[in-house]
Amino acid sequence: MSDALIQARGLAKRFGAVEAVRGIDLDVTRGEVFGFLGPNGAGKSSAMRMIACVSPRSAGSLQVLGMDPDVDGPAIRARIGVVPQQDNLDVELTVRQNLQVYGRYFGLSRAAVRAKAIELLEFAQLTDRAESAVDPLSGGMKRRLTIARSLVNDPELLLLDEPTTGLDPQARHLVWDRLYRLKQRGVTQLITTHYMDEAEQLCDRLVVMDNGLITAEGSPTDLIERYATREVVELRFAPDAPRPELAELAKLADRVEELPDRLLLYTADGEAALGAALRAGARPTTSLVRRSSLEDVFLRLTGRSLVE
Amino acid sequence: MTAESVTTAVPRSAGRVMPGWRAVLAVMESFWIWYRRGWRATVVSSVLQPVLFLLAFGVGFGSLVRTGAATGGAPYLVYLAPGLLAMTAVQTAAFESTYPVLSGFKWQQVYWGMSASPITPGQIAVGHLCWVAARLLSSGAVYLLAIVLVGGAAGIGIVVSLLAAVLCGCAFSAITMAFAATIMNEGSAFASYFRFVLIPMTLFAGTFFPVSQLPVWLRPLAWATPLWHGTELARGAALNTLRWWPALGHLAYLLALLAIGVALVRWRFTVRLFR
Repeated sequence: MSDALIQARGLAKRFGAVEAVRGIDLDVTRGEVFGFLGPNGAGKSSAMRMIACVSPRSAGSLQVLGMDPDVDGPAIRARIGVVPQQDNLDVELTVRQNLQVYGRYFGLSRAAVRAKAIELLEFAQLTDRAESAVDPLSGGMKRRLTIARSLVNDPELLLLDEPTTGLDPQARHLVWDRLYRLKQRGVTQLITTHYMDEAEQLCDRLVVMDNGLITAEGSPTDLIERYATREVVELRFAPDAPRPELAELAKLADRVEELPDRLLLYTADGEAALGAALRAGARPTTSLVRRSSLEDVFLRLTGRSLVE
Repeated sequence: MTAESVTTAVPRSAGRVMPGWRAVLAVMESFWIWYRRGWRATVVSSVLQPVLFLLAFGVGFGSLVRTGAATGGAPYLVYLAPGLLAMTAVQTAAFESTYPVLSGFKWQQVYWGMSASPITPGQIAVGHLCWVAARLLSSGAVYLLAIVLVGGAAGIGIVVSLLAAVLCGCAFSAITMAFAATIMNEGSAFASYFRFVLIPMTLFAGTFFPVSQLPVWLRPLAWATPLWHGTELARGAALNTLRWWPALGHLAYLLALLAIGVALVRWRFTVRLFR
């Protein structure tokens, strides 16, 4: 109990007639990196906002850092860091000023925020841009600054809402590297994402959310083991090309998934299944054998791919 | 570093909840740092323009106005100056409480960043309001200096006029901010607000001529405006014609409006930021 940073039971959020979160249970322990995985509109951000104490819950119970957000919202917010989906940096101030001004909201002294800004600029690799205005920074730099800003109070819990959405691969890896360092320092992190690779890279444990509910929970490898096979055969077909009978293929694999542009065969031995499929007369334009990923878990759980 | 020392070294946050007044000061400080970068642009609207008004209407047009009972026995410039103090405060309050509030929610989004900290939406609202009050006081003080320089002050009472003007501006600001917090898109809401509320009020609430000169049916409308109460207080203090009961009445009106405005603006900020 003392190690549970976040504990939710039947947590729900309604906006008028819309049920964004429809009763979820969560237990996040200290030092853990916990992921919310799900498509847009699954209720991830609504859940995050309730945990960040900026959105009163509609039903259920919620404890963050052992306190109730309805009662101790400010005391909880004082000890957490928030990286919102959209950067809300002050674009007219300099990079350094953004950090210093923000630190003052947390009751830090001027000397403390000055020192903290230097440390965070270093951490975010923005030291040489310290006196630059925010506006001309690249998307990746702004994101790093937003993350740095969220660390100004040395948060015990960091909430990141889609930390790398819209960033190029290089910028994403840089952000991941910083988040990994924070994890090593013992900062508990809660991350929403709709990227499978991000969840696999960062999260110790995650929940898959769909339509306001948690549909599965576990570590990435757990989930893959439970909901997918070891390997997957992808058979791609041209849009109008004839496809083999699903019933035929179903005999060759544990499970077959049909997508608009391809067929997926879930099996322990991909090469063997592919060979059997070709012998059975399948003529795909390309084929591929790969290891299962969270994408497959998601497909299994929700019946559709995550990034459409 | 070993794995053990990582897990046992539980980080302890440096953040803490400030007392309300400190939170309000932190919000004001952030507006101040932002303002410092572009304050020169505001000098034109909050100082230069009012001074031109003072010269054109007080000194220029005023030379045509006979000193008499209608001007409280004072030269028109002296009669007008405290009225202009109040009018300018209300005008500045109107501008500072509309677009900047929408910007805080929508364009620059500074409110959202603040609301993720221990500062509450109510404290953000009050902090912004206090920032507007500080702006009213500082630009009003500069204006006061200009009034003294052109001979528009009859005595030390004009300092009380400035305070009355700031109170009047704050009361108007709080209500305006509460309204602005309900606006989702720029549209024409603010333009209509200026056109149908602000401008008629500045023209007919007693700044340039006594409300007693208005048609009888229009007077109650003027009496209902905060600017009329602010102007009466400011002018009474400047000309030393204030009497206790009317003065307390005007003060009570402005304080009540301010209290209602503060309650409304705190509520609207909370509704919008903590959905």
